[in-house]
Amino acid sequence: MTAPLLQVDELRVTFDIRPPGAWPWTPSLKLQAVGGVSLQLAPGEALGIVGESGSGKSTLARAIIGTIPSTGGRVIFDGRDLTTMDPATRRRHRRDVQMIFQDPLAALNPRMNVGDIIAEPLLTHEPGLGRKAARRQAAELMERVGLLPNLINRYPHEFSGGQCQRIGIARALILRPRLLICDEPVSALDVSIRAQVVNLLKDLQREFGVAMIFIAHDLSVVRHVSDRILVMYLGKMMEVAPARALIATPRHPYTKALIAAVPIPDPLREKARPRPVLEGELPSPLNPPSGCVFRTRCPIARPSCAEGPPAVLNPGPGHFVACPWIDEA
Amino acid sequence: MSVADTEKPISPLVENWHYFTHSRGALVGLIVFMFMVVVALISPWIAPHDPAVQYRDAFLVPPVWEDGGQWKFILGTDSVGRDLLSRIMVGARYSLLIGLVVVAMSLTSGIVVGLIAGFVGGRTDTIIMRIMDILLAFPSLLLALVLVAILGPSLFNAMIAIAVTNLPHFSRLTRGEVMGQKGLDYVTATRVAGASRLRLMFRTILPNCLAPLIVQGTLAFSNAILDAAALGFLGMGAQPPTPEWGTMLADAREYITSAWWVVTMPGLAILVTVIAINLIGDGLRDALDPKLKRS
Repeated sequence: MTAPLLQVDELRVTFDIRPPGAWPWTPSLKLQAVGGVSLQLAPGEALGIVGESGSGKSTLARAIIGTIPSTGGRVIFDGRDLTTMDPATRRRHRRDVQMIFQDPLAALNPRMNVGDIIAEPLLTHEPGLGRKAARRQAAELMERVGLLPNLINRYPHEFSGGQCQRIGIARALILRPRLLICDEPVSALDVSIRAQVVNLLKDLQREFGVAMIFIAHDLSVVRHVSDRILVMYLGKMMEVAPARALIATPRHPYTKALIAAVPIPDPLREKARPRPVLEGELPSPLNPPSGCVFRTRCPIARPSCAEGPPAVLNPGPGHFVACPWIDEA
Repeated sequence: MSVADTEKPISPLVENWHYFTHSRGALVGLIVFMFMVVVALISPWIAPHDPAVQYRDAFLVPPVWEDGGQWKFILGTDSVGRDLLSRIMVGARYSLLIGLVVVAMSLTSGIVVGLIAGFVGGRTDTIIMRIMDILLAFPSLLLALVLVAILGPSLFNAMIAIAVTNLPHFSRLTRGEVMGQKGLDYVTATRVAGASRLRLMFRTILPNCLAPLIVQGTLAFSNAILDAAALGFLGMGAQPPTPEWGTMLADAREYITSAWWVVTMPGLAILVTVIAINLIGDGLRDALDPKLKRS
């Protein structure tokens, strides 16, 4: 295996929450959004991250890119540890990692026209380039993502959600990054637009040879894009496997439930199949369950699950499951 | 795709002008205000008399339409025989200058202070905002009086004092806007693209916070004129014989019952200017608030 482009070791993100009506001396509550997640990404690889809302997917992405400070662990990008880098050096390395956001309109500055929005990253990193040349590159990229270049002087609010997301994609790609983080890029889009944007992302990823972390709460979207899929629950890794293996032979009880929740577009088969529905709600991350965080909703939980973090098994090549009971269930 | 096909940008400025002119009141306000500005600019040439010259044979002459009025003094004269019309025309210079300088000073300093407080947050924010709260806790005119007393009574010191009392309003408004914008994805996107903190603050966030600040600025403009008039009335602003409107009111208060025009004319000038500017402010608020826009 080639050297990983990105290596994340035991990354932790903890937020301090001030309880309502707190005195200045009351200790703040600790909310652990990401509780020690490790992952590796090869150059040009696409990794999907799935999990329900509140599982820490977005926080993980933002900690990797550095807009949220991490409280533990390391993020090694291309052999350099980003978490210990001083801010100025860090800023210069920003061009290698770019991001696409969930709300396409909110991610675009309403006071700038499309050309300037797409060209802005280029001008920040190469101030000598000149606005005209940068805008010419922006126009080329607009064409590549399926926007008419003659719309370059329009403002974001004149575009539809799907078009705004294409603008966001063009802005993320103009620096030719080596890692692209997509934070639920299609969740806010209309279903009919979703497929187009997902396919565009997939095409561009191949064309530019960029590695990608694709976050979504919808397995059916993720499996189209990803080479590997990581399943998160309450800030912890549950299972990671090559996309095909994860969909065909899910091992972790949580992954099984997630896959069962994807509807089959055939009413007869949909009615006939058994559906293990998860009971209860996601526990509060302020007070997570001891041991395995999934045990409160797990159909195969045992008393010993509460004692410590679950052992990680390796049932297949590149397949890791954080549950010791998968072979017995 | 050739360059010729590229659409002309509809700049936000043109668009906002379109909405601004939709409101009749705002347009009237703008016309009155422009008239005031023109009069103020060319007052030395169009004023019928020198505002400081005392006509010893014409004390307290009433306006032309009253019994005993003279065409020589259209709005009458004051207690020492100075022409009121000329004084009001030249006084417009001072009042508009006060508004302009006060708004410029308090707007720039308020934006810088509020931007730092909102963007940096944490302890810096707490310290800055508590200082602003202390400034807000004083009655604004009293605070201005104290500042003028310390600095010495003059028109420029009065402007500084009024600017200081306006500062908390601008910094609070800026801080609130900045905190609202800071969490939005476009700011994160610009940060991810590698923008520096200064660029984020002034180029990315600030333009998106300007709309309410412009509105507050216009309203502060008229307030500054009123405050300066109040300080002038109390003898702490412009010093006689400067024909500043508030100072003119103060000089005339003994004649409120006997010669009403001496106090009414500068009062009317203040009233008309302030109403015009407030109308502009309301129009701007409607034009700049996207929620009030009709397609």
